[in-house]
Amino acid sequence: MTTDESYLERVGNSRRKRFTKHLLLCLVSIVMLYPLLWLVSSSLKPSGIVFKDLSLWPAEWDFSNYTEGWTALQFPFDLYLVNSVVIVVLSIIGNLLSCSLAAYAFARLNFRGRKLFFALTLGTMMLPGHVLLVPQYIVFAKLGWLNTYFPLIVPNFLATSAFYIFLMVQFIRSLPKELDEAARIDGAGTFRIFWSVILPLCKPAFATTAIFTFISTWNEFFSPLLYLTEQELYTVPLAVRQFIDSEGQSQWGQMFAMSFVSLAPVIGFFIAGQKYLVKGIATTGLK
Amino acid sequence: MTLTSVKDPAVSEAPVSPPKAAKPPQDRSGYLFILPWFIGMAFTIIPFFASLYLAFTDYNLLNVPNWIGLENFAEMFSDDTWWQSVKVTFIYTFVSVPLSLAAALGVAMLLNRGVRGLPVYRAIFYLPSLLGGSVALVLLWRYIFGLNGIVNAFLGFFGIDKISWTSDPDHALTTLIILHIWTFGSPMVIFLAGLKQIPSMYYEAAAIDGANKWQQFRKITLPLLSPIIFFNLIQSLISSFQTFTQGFIFSGGKGGPANSTMFYNLYLYKQGFEQFHMGYASAMAWMLLIIIAAFTGLNFLLAKRWVHYDN
Repeated sequence: MTTDESYLERVGNSRRKRFTKHLLLCLVSIVMLYPLLWLVSSSLKPSGIVFKDLSLWPAEWDFSNYTEGWTALQFPFDLYLVNSVVIVVLSIIGNLLSCSLAAYAFARLNFRGRKLFFALTLGTMMLPGHVLLVPQYIVFAKLGWLNTYFPLIVPNFLATSAFYIFLMVQFIRSLPKELDEAARIDGAGTFRIFWSVILPLCKPAFATTAIFTFISTWNEFFSPLLYLTEQELYTVPLAVRQFIDSEGQSQWGQMFAMSFVSLAPVIGFFIAGQKYLVKGIATTGLK
Repeated sequence: MTLTSVKDPAVSEAPVSPPKAAKPPQDRSGYLFILPWFIGMAFTIIPFFASLYLAFTDYNLLNVPNWIGLENFAEMFSDDTWWQSVKVTFIYTFVSVPLSLAAALGVAMLLNRGVRGLPVYRAIFYLPSLLGGSVALVLLWRYIFGLNGIVNAFLGFFGIDKISWTSDPDHALTTLIILHIWTFGSPMVIFLAGLKQIPSMYYEAAAIDGANKWQQFRKITLPLLSPIIFFNLIQSLISSFQTFTQGFIFSGGKGGPANSTMFYNLYLYKQGFEQFHMGYASAMAWMLLIIIAAFTGLNFLLAKRWVHYDN
């Protein structure tokens, strides 16, 4: 009897505990999501009532903020979207190519200075970027690269992202070495092994790199601010930023609408690539 | 020679295979593979030393840099705005980093051990950390904390008067600290992965010995998780010291109200690229490097006391 009672009590307890846990997690979820939901809902309300009507569900759906916001700036918003996409796509290609080449060399090839070079790479992860800022700016200016996309793209082709090299090195090290050796015995050269054996297996690490590059390049504000001063070259964050100056009430709705347009691709990529993102940052933390 | 053959039993068992297979050959083609990296590294190292040189000059983009010794650094120490930017960055970092790590750890522990719906919760908590640094989100934050925004409306339910979060120098930074805490998702994911690696039998054994939850947390979770806490701490500190976009967007690029959101890197940007005091900006960048290195070094020293490595 007594054991039964204590058993029931324990079950009741753990059920109550589980309930409180979920309640707590739901509360945190609401706090985390509320700002984003509010953004979406405000973008669908007529500007005049955004701050009067606090409900999340718009009484009537009004898409005029999107259509008007799209053309509110000097150029239509699709120009800024295309600019951002061009930079993002080239940055992804650059990072995948240059970082995988370097990572393969660091993980597999045996050459003098390898360890030192790899340590140097890891060291740059800790380096605050602004230390390099002024001289790099001067060089880009001397090359005539101000108001071009080169300062934003070219560094990605030069394996300057230590984080991705590190990620790929970890990944390649986890692949069995027998693969390389078998291919070598079959007569494949080093580059052939890299290209035909290692690269196809690196898809998960590539996916992580591509998604991280996408999100960070898409959100990047500082470098475009520094290097792009002509409106028609602006990226999405520079475009959205211009809504700050429009403090007039009538433009709030448009600002929210275009803000959501700028965040939507990140949210989309996040949902599609969540698995790789979570894995990617988990491994960097653990190793 | 003997060492390598002992290491690789396949070779010692099969002496027929060519000796080359025992050790990967020196592969010069490695240099070809890292050629892009090499150029990139040159483009890091040369600017690194160039900016050190510029830190001792009065360079302003137009004239030839003149060597002025330690003058930039002396000027920094008598520059009130510089001190203000240090203060803002320190308060921001030392308040928001511990709080966001505590939130990350707390929520990770709630999620640990198979809560139903874990992937959904994890996604919801992680998403904000991908958006928190974006222009759109900082803009949104200004309106959420605006005079008629939802935060004041919410506080109004409790009879609290409207607070001018964005225009009162006493509150503006608080708003950005809350934004930082809101992005606790990425350290949380790292904590979750670390918690998963702690064998549950430790907790079972402790429970049998009569240890309560708090003792289990103190004696098992904290020590075993300490390397990951340390990693997250270093990462968050370094990136938090370099905050830029939040201050810039929040204040419309001015660092206001009353310089209360004048982050270090925002002031550096203004000095370097609005006033073209490139020498001063370089000196500021080096000073930040020294500050970051000092705190990172201090953390590594303190780590000996609380970070436990397996072996």
